[in-house]
Amino acid sequence: MIEVEKRFAIEDLYSAYGSCLDNDKLEEWLDLFVEKCVYKITPKQNVTLGLPVTLMLCENKNMLRDRIVSLRQANEYSIHTDKHLISNVCIKAEVDANIMMVEANYALFQTDNEGNGSLYSFGTYIDEVFFNKNVPKFLSKTVIVENWSIPHMLSTPI
Amino acid sequence: MSLNVEWQRRDYSRVPYWLYHDTDLYNHEQKLIFRGTTWSYLCLEAEIPEVGDFKTTWVGDTPILINRNKDGKIHAVVNRCAHRGAAVCRHAQGNTKVHTCIYHRWSYDLTGNLIGIPFQRGIQGMGGMDDDFDKADHGLRKLRVACYQGIIFGSFSEDSEDLEDYLGPMMQGHITRLFCKPIKILGYQRQRIHGNWKLYLENLRDTYHASLLHEFLVTFGLDRATQKGGVEMDERHRHNLTYAHASSDNDSDAKEAYGGHEINSDKLKLLDPSLLEFRQEYTDDRNLAISTMFPNASFQQLNNSLATRQIQPKGVNAFDLIWTYFGYTDDDTDMTNHRLRQLNLFGPGGLVSMEDAEAIEIAHKASFSEERDSSTVIEVGGKGEISDRAYRVNDVPIRGFWSYYAELMGIEPDGAFR
Ligand SMILES: [Fe+2]
Repeated sequence: MIEVEKRFAIEDLYSAYGSCLDNDKLEEWLDLFVEKCVYKITPKQNVTLGLPVTLMLCENKNMLRDRIVSLRQANEYSIHTDKHLISNVCIKAEVDANIMMVEANYALFQTDNEGNGSLYSFGTYIDEVFFNKNVPKFLSKTVIVENWSIPHMLSTPI
Repeated sequence: MSLNVEWQRRDYSRVPYWLYHDTDLYNHEQKLIFRGTTWSYLCLEAEIPEVGDFKTTWVGDTPILINRNKDGKIHAVVNRCAHRGAAVCRHAQGNTKVHTCIYHRWSYDLTGNLIGIPFQRGIQGMGGMDDDFDKADHGLRKLRVACYQGIIFGSFSEDSEDLEDYLGPMMQGHITRLFCKPIKILGYQRQRIHGNWKLYLENLRDTYHASLLHEFLVTFGLDRATQKGGVEMDERHRHNLTYAHASSDNDSDAKEAYGGHEINSDKLKLLDPSLLEFRQEYTDDRNLAISTMFPNASFQQLNNSLATRQIQPKGVNAFDLIWTYFGYTDDDTDMTNHRLRQLNLFGPGGLVSMEDAEAIEIAHKASFSEERDSSTVIEVGGKGEISDRAYRVNDVPIRGFWSYYAELMGIEPDGAFR
């Protein structure tokens, strides 16, 4: 039986996750991951075919930090704002007292610099959430992109 | 309709913007380029290794089905039923003995021959086709197919030169280097870019933009215009190779050359530099070698990231870009992981490639309404002669692209450079 406090803490984690990305708080978004984290974005096609290629692969938090520094200082990309809708947050398993397998669905809408919006990406998060005391963070996060032909380009995290 | 293009210059250092936006021109491109005398990249042999394996793709905007037949030979056909024009095969890839159109169940063997028509003789003598209907006349349209080092190419024309001549020694050399050993497919990335397909073919031939647009390269010292390198083309200047040698410049050279443009590499270092590690795999020390084949593909090495890119036009305003990543069958787990890590650099979200989509989309958008006499400027590395350069800041191969494009389209100016 999973404690109700933990369930609420996980829900808060997903809310914070979407809110950081939607409000361009990418540095705060980093704080939602533990140091030994893995973050990847995978096209559904490769999952289906059993192939390992990702769209983004950060094997530790430093790689994730590098991504964000690069986005801030070295990359040029489509001017946009994000809106994440995250739903069906579901605790699939308790690996041990501190780690839980969690899945959720996401839809990500993007608005361009002239106010035109579109559904940019949708899919599933397959995550491991680690509890340090009562604070949950992502130990791993795999974004499986259902619409795997990426519109335009991929810049900010999903 | 005959095409009439008023070139301001016969060396293609000016290209009218309307050529990126005209629907009639697009239709001619499909006929004269993609279904003309060119060879197009179809896929890799490693994607259809077994008898009965198939894959669907596009050449220009024509749907293509590629099969490996019983004898191991590869056949490519237009994926359009000879009966009512429906796509015969609706899957991206798979394995089968026969392809059957779902509409009226006409079926085709792996070479594209029509082998079955339901109710051809009717039911109890009623209905069916006339006796003079010959299945042999109604197969799927067959392409010429040729393989080179495990890459499958197709051509719509019986008159096109042999594949090897089409590639020429430059492309053959690059492909042979990249495909020096048996490969294994690591996976795919795909994106839709909202711009004309030619903008991407140009982008791949534009060495000038590389270290300016893709700031990551310079910021983190991966690739700089001051490195030893250059561009090579085939004799007809339709294909190109851009290359650079690892560690062939230093920070002070770079600072001087980039002038006002800031070099961040002193203050910015990756916290995890494994992304940039270069393990020399070939006899030379090139850490960047990207070739582009007219009209629809690119074959690339950057450090240890290996891939093909395929361009599929989707009307005048968009194209799909498909990245197929591979390693070698003798890679150990560590090397495979290294390649997978380095593909952070490429693809729709690549640290050194995401900008291309944006550059193409803003160029397409902003040039849309230009007058017929308004042209883009292509003369970095000089005007006039189209030839190889042993330096990196140039866009000469773009002019090579246009010279062959104009020849195929029958729109060369008098005294055109080739
Ligand atoms: Fe580029």
